[in-house]
Amino acid sequence: MLRRAMSSPSDYIIEIHDLNFSRGSRQIFKGLDIQIKRGEVTAIMGPSGTGKTTLLRLVTRQLIPDSGVILVDGIDISKLNVAGLYRLRQRFGMLFQNGALLTDLSVFENVAFPLREHTRLTNRLIRHVVLTKLHAVGLRGAADMLPAELSGGMARRVALARAMVMDPDILIYDEPFVGLDPISMGVIVRLVRRMNDALGISSILVSHDVDEISAVADCSYLISHGKVAASGSPHDLKHGTSELVRQFMHGMADGPVAFHYDAPDYAEQLLGRDAE
Amino acid sequence: MLRDFYQAFIEFVRTFGAMTLFLLEVLRYTPAVLFTRFGLVVKQVHNAGALSLVIIMVCGFFVGGVLGLQGYANLTRFNAEDAVGTFAGFALLKELGPVITALLFAGRAGTALASEIGLMKATDQLAAMEMMAVNPVQRVVVTRFIGAVIAMPLLAAIFSAIGLLGAHLVGVGLLGIDVGAFWQQMQQSIQAKDVMEGVFKSVVFGLIASLLAVWEGYNAVPTAEGVGRATTRTVVITAIAVLITDFMITAVFI
Repeated sequence: MLRRAMSSPSDYIIEIHDLNFSRGSRQIFKGLDIQIKRGEVTAIMGPSGTGKTTLLRLVTRQLIPDSGVILVDGIDISKLNVAGLYRLRQRFGMLFQNGALLTDLSVFENVAFPLREHTRLTNRLIRHVVLTKLHAVGLRGAADMLPAELSGGMARRVALARAMVMDPDILIYDEPFVGLDPISMGVIVRLVRRMNDALGISSILVSHDVDEISAVADCSYLISHGKVAASGSPHDLKHGTSELVRQFMHGMADGPVAFHYDAPDYAEQLLGRDAE
Repeated sequence: MLRDFYQAFIEFVRTFGAMTLFLLEVLRYTPAVLFTRFGLVVKQVHNAGALSLVIIMVCGFFVGGVLGLQGYANLTRFNAEDAVGTFAGFALLKELGPVITALLFAGRAGTALASEIGLMKATDQLAAMEMMAVNPVQRVVVTRFIGAVIAMPLLAAIFSAIGLLGAHLVGVGLLGIDVGAFWQQMQQSIQAKDVMEGVFKSVVFGLIASLLAVWEGYNAVPTAEGVGRATTRTVVITAIAVLITDFMITAVFI
């Protein structure tokens, strides 16, 4: 613990400098810079299709950037070999959009999965740890159910228990609020905050639910057109002056993010030579 | 036109190369997986093998029965109906056992493997394993591959055995061939070498069918349509590959 603190004295757990990434001919990030503070809940927001999920995959090196540096706790992840990468990934917990529970294992075994893979704990100890984590998300009673029997909100809570089971330093949430009813949404919001503060971890949250973000995040970044369009506390963003920030935070249909997808001229297309 | 052929050829070579690399990766992990994940492998042998037993046994029985009928109908013309046993034995052990089993195996177990792995990919389960620092190729692909490779020769053997039983029931039971002649002639003419040819084929076909199934699943486009297409391709490509390979192996053995 001490050694880790000495080797990376920075306040930031993740630093992204001048990141470029393109998929096919579409450039998704153009010189993106983001710093994520240790011990805080950081939200990454942006209109759909800005590559928020892609960013998470870049940070965890499931994708490789065209150029730019990504430091995780002072370590340049592009320089890691597979073993080093897997060691680093054990310090991450990730909550996928739909939970991504392993469908052939029970809830209990899903949460136990990382422990069985990476530790040599006895069955009794594993049972102890798993039940504790399930209790923390309120689903100790669902331990014997199969993922197919769970509701969307429950599946996401199980996935959260699984993401925490190795006691990670960084928890990543990919769209944790999508498609949940208001009650489940409230539960997840509370869990995100509580896990972060109780376990002293750093959380990264990708979402476009402005109200939930405001309730939970310490700091947020708004990404648009491959760059950071604005950053600051949710309160700052809400009262920001930039057109784009206002459009996004208040959910206006037209603005800098155009209502219309790129298209040829309307009159030309209807009446022009290609019309027939 | 010529360019299209060229492109198709390049595409084929590229896929073939990628598949070879994939096979090497799978084989590289095989010893470790056998050692550390033996329980999972056993489960996959059950999934690919035991769950295919019914279809294999039913088909084997009726293929054997048809051999009995056709053999009798045609060999009587030469007064050689005693040779029905020999005829059915050669046909089943050397050709029909391995080939039909491989085709049925692709339809029953191959599609199950491809769609299962494809769906795991589509629902981010493979990515989730990656994020939990677990190699999905080892955990998901290799266990299923080994299980299928073990199951296929066993199924082919069962197919042939049940087929002979079917031929016996039809030939001896229904058509009145002498039971002694039926089995005696078979025993005299079929050598260990002939049996080995069938075993060899079933092992090779097992490798082909298993590799294609896990390859198609692992490389499926992660959508409903993509998984469906991967499943179809598994059956079609396995059938083509098995029949072509069968021709080549037979040519070498003769």
